[in-house]
Amino acid sequence: MRAVDGRIWLILPAVSLLAVAFLVPVGWLLSRAFTFPEPGLQNFALLWERPVYMRVMMNTLIISAIVTPVTVLLAFPVAHLMAHGSARLRRWLVFLVLVPFWTSLLVRAFATAILLQRHGVINSFLIGFGLVEEPLPLLYNMTGLLAGCVQVLLPFVIFPLYSSMARIDPGYMRAAATLGAPPVRAFLRVYLPLTLPGLVTGATLVFISTLGYYIIPALLGGARQQMIAQLIQDQIAAFGNWGVAGALSLVLLAITGAMVALLHVTVGLKEIAR
Amino acid sequence: MSADGMTPWRLLRGTLVIMVAVFLLAPLAVVVIISFSSAPFLQFPPPGFSLRWYGVLFSTPAWTNALWVSVQLMVPSSIAATVLGTAASYGLVRGRVPGARLITACLMLPIIVPGMITAAALFGIYRGLGLNGTLTGLIIGHTVLHIPYVVAVVSSALRVQDVQLEQAAATLGAPPWATFRHITLPLIMPAVMSSLLIAMILSFDELIVSLFVSSARVRPVAVQMWSNLLGDFDPTIAAIASVCFLFALLVMAADLALRPGRTLRIG
Repeated sequence: MRAVDGRIWLILPAVSLLAVAFLVPVGWLLSRAFTFPEPGLQNFALLWERPVYMRVMMNTLIISAIVTPVTVLLAFPVAHLMAHGSARLRRWLVFLVLVPFWTSLLVRAFATAILLQRHGVINSFLIGFGLVEEPLPLLYNMTGLLAGCVQVLLPFVIFPLYSSMARIDPGYMRAAATLGAPPVRAFLRVYLPLTLPGLVTGATLVFISTLGYYIIPALLGGARQQMIAQLIQDQIAAFGNWGVAGALSLVLLAITGAMVALLHVTVGLKEIAR
Repeated sequence: MSADGMTPWRLLRGTLVIMVAVFLLAPLAVVVIISFSSAPFLQFPPPGFSLRWYGVLFSTPAWTNALWVSVQLMVPSSIAATVLGTAASYGLVRGRVPGARLITACLMLPIIVPGMITAAALFGIYRGLGLNGTLTGLIIGHTVLHIPYVVAVVSSALRVQDVQLEQAAATLGAPPWATFRHITLPLIMPAVMSSLLIAMILSFDELIVSLFVSSARVRPVAVQMWSNLLGDFDPTIAAIASVCFLFALLVMAADLALRPGRTLRIG
């Protein structure tokens, strides 16, 4: 039974489609960076020299770096209650997270815009209660963008965090308490380290998803929050500049790949698959 | 340690969870309520209720055509992704394929690579092939985008299945196809159906590849919504968003029914 058996051929259709409709096109796009409009590294020089490109790339990193900790902080109490609350409460919380998880990103981004707009629900509420005089600018700026990203990405942290927390033996916390550790210390030294696989997985998912986001910054952010994916779209749709689009894609892919590699080294992809 | 010592933390946790719950669900609730508005703009709370925006939605050719295109795209692409993904998973998990881990990782790439890169790449290649603006081009794109989800779900179902059942069937003389058809497939059927549902909803919601590859004539719902959102929009958009939301709830319910006890294994 050591020999390769006939079932190996079953992978062929999927692998061929992946090669023809994914690997070849993406490879072609990335190669444009070095070949369009002429062979050379001029596209990368442009990315380096033009302040616009540099600003968008920095923006993208900064936005991802803000969205990640905010999402993790908000996901933590939800996952904690899910893992350690009653079974009834857990079912409700799972439902709470699954509903947005299954709902279209576009629908959720639009819903967030309705809530945040100038005469939207939040502003009417704030003015109605006399908390502010003028409507606050919540949309088409950093606030709107962050609210949208965090809203959409919360489930991607809650689920892995929950699965790490549910595996923590409650005996550990009891042991720490018995040995005289105050609750906060027991939490920081015993509990938190045990949640790290889920936490790091969730945080990485959020970071790399945000890096490539297009819909949310286009719908909820402003001109000053432009991100890499929007710039790629612009370069192709407005200017037909496949060279710069290819170079930007390569940069985006390199950062994404580095983050996935980092996750692989720190947590191990096997752990994530569990 | 007394339970009282934990109370402020419990209070903080409870408050944060309620805030997150409102943050996650309130926007969707507001959209559904506005879709029944009688006002011609997205006002909340609505001054009155009516079904006029659903009427507009189902009588405007741009929207009904878009719904039809979405169905024509979703059905073949989700079936193709499920069949190809299930076959590949079976081969990879059971077939002693050299480099199986590397091949599995490659099949996962469409999830990891940002959608904009895939979309731009397909658009670029399709230009030479005349596939832009065609249903075929969209179906190919959606199939390749959603195979990874099928492979992830079906592979993990195959890994927890007892191989000895298949070996027993083979020992008793069942040919490979009969073993698959009568032993393996029934055992992994819930996972296969679940991945079909995932592929369906993802195809229905997919925007970025569709945005590049579609045309004014072949335009799925998500693209039609997008073009409306960038222009002047009225509560029709809330009506279509509510329809999408209802569809997502139905698919979610079907998925939960398929996997009792597996609800939490998504992350």
